[in-house]
Amino acid sequence: MIAPFVAATSEPWWISLIKAAIIINLVLVTFAYLTLTERKVMGRMQLRYGPNRAGPFGLLQPIADLVKLVRKESFFPAAAIDVLYIFAPFIAAFAALTTFSVIPWGPGWTIDGYYVTGYVADVPIALLLIFAIGSLGIYGFIVGGWSSDSKYALLGSMRTCAQLVSYEVSLALSVLGVVLMARSLSLVDIVDHQYHDLWYVPYIVPQLVGFLVFMFAGTAETARAPFDLPEAEQELVAGYHTEYGGMRFGLFTMAEYVNLITLSALAVTLFLGGWHIPGPWLQQYGPIWFLLKLGLLLFVFIWMRATLPRLRYDQLMRFGWKVLLPVATANAVITAILVVAL
Amino acid sequence: MTPQPLGTLKGFAVTFRQMFKKPLTQQYPEYKRPLYPRFRGRHRLHRHENGLEKCVGCSLCAAACPSDCIRVVAAENTADDRVSAGERYARIYEINLSRCIFCGYCELACPFDAITLGNEFELSEYSRDDLIYTKDMLLDEPIKRVPIQDPALFDTPLPAYRTKS
Repeated sequence: MIAPFVAATSEPWWISLIKAAIIINLVLVTFAYLTLTERKVMGRMQLRYGPNRAGPFGLLQPIADLVKLVRKESFFPAAAIDVLYIFAPFIAAFAALTTFSVIPWGPGWTIDGYYVTGYVADVPIALLLIFAIGSLGIYGFIVGGWSSDSKYALLGSMRTCAQLVSYEVSLALSVLGVVLMARSLSLVDIVDHQYHDLWYVPYIVPQLVGFLVFMFAGTAETARAPFDLPEAEQELVAGYHTEYGGMRFGLFTMAEYVNLITLSALAVTLFLGGWHIPGPWLQQYGPIWFLLKLGLLLFVFIWMRATLPRLRYDQLMRFGWKVLLPVATANAVITAILVVAL
Repeated sequence: MTPQPLGTLKGFAVTFRQMFKKPLTQQYPEYKRPLYPRFRGRHRLHRHENGLEKCVGCSLCAAACPSDCIRVVAAENTADDRVSAGERYARIYEINLSRCIFCGYCELACPFDAITLGNEFELSEYSRDDLIYTKDMLLDEPIKRVPIQDPALFDTPLPAYRTKS
């Protein structure tokens, strides 16, 4: 069955190039204003205003931050291993920005005789690609912490490493249920199946357990509160990027926030129906629904950061291996049995 | 310890409700909180009503100063050049405010109430040299550095401890 919204077409290469450039810039703008939104929302939750001085309502704050970071001196610890120290932020930022390319955000349009699809790339193994490139991004964090030759950075990157490796297992297992139900690893197909199977019901309903596990593991995977042990300020100064400053630090922060955006976009795609809304109407406004769902999930992440205190390290490990992993495995097995039986 | 999911959800409700309350932040340069009467800010030197300086150059303030930031050089009053009410006057009176700890001992040591600590606390400068206040500066009215705007525009509620007691 080929859906009306996803026509199998091959568009000229230069359209993909333009789309990729636009998407990267949109993701970066989202990142910039996500930092502002986070500071403002968390401020209001703590009875503060948050940044409100740069421009009207503080709207120019991300630009001021960027200018400040770019103009700072790129200092360098004397004992650092230079090549790795310089390249680690690039690895992290590159991996973070690449993964967004496979996420579908719209139905596709015919513009001036050319058919433009609503995604940058439809890879048959898109989900595997995201996890694979995400794991490559971890190298940036580990190598950056190790090559700075500092105790805090090393401890921070060890924590990052341990946490990301243990929670990645649960994260990958939690999406297995969705993959089994859609019988595809392509995100475009998964969105399509959510719309056409089961009367427009998104996968969050049959896969509620998978969604919860995905959100918990995803929070740990992006090192957000309450799982922000890799950069626990009280013990580790700043974690793996303790010795970084200026735009190199900025790239690490960018990688973290873009990872968070990609993860939320992935959750929207896999569990919340992607750019579709339930029902046969208004599907041509796909990007708007996608952005609304994305914003909702990002708000939940900010809300969680303002509410929950950080876990202890043993609690984190116990929760990952003894709670999330069995639940995710059971969810995958039960889904597999049901998919085969029905 | 058993996990308490309900307690966690309650926490989420609290933070969500907080978002719709008015923040307690006082927007500083526009709204300036009233100072306490005994607040110790920048020093001021005083004159008698007839225009003569109260300071007689005795250096007791400099002796009392724990951070040694006051420098007084005294000179004799003469009949043509009468500066202070006493026998001598302070020819040089300097306070290095970058060293001052605003303890108020100079005020206590002064036998003529010539030096007091005022209410000014906005003392930022671009250069350390500018923080050495000379006698003229200390005798003058302090400069208003930040224009005071209408506080009603930036009004914030008084904190509970101020309204309840």
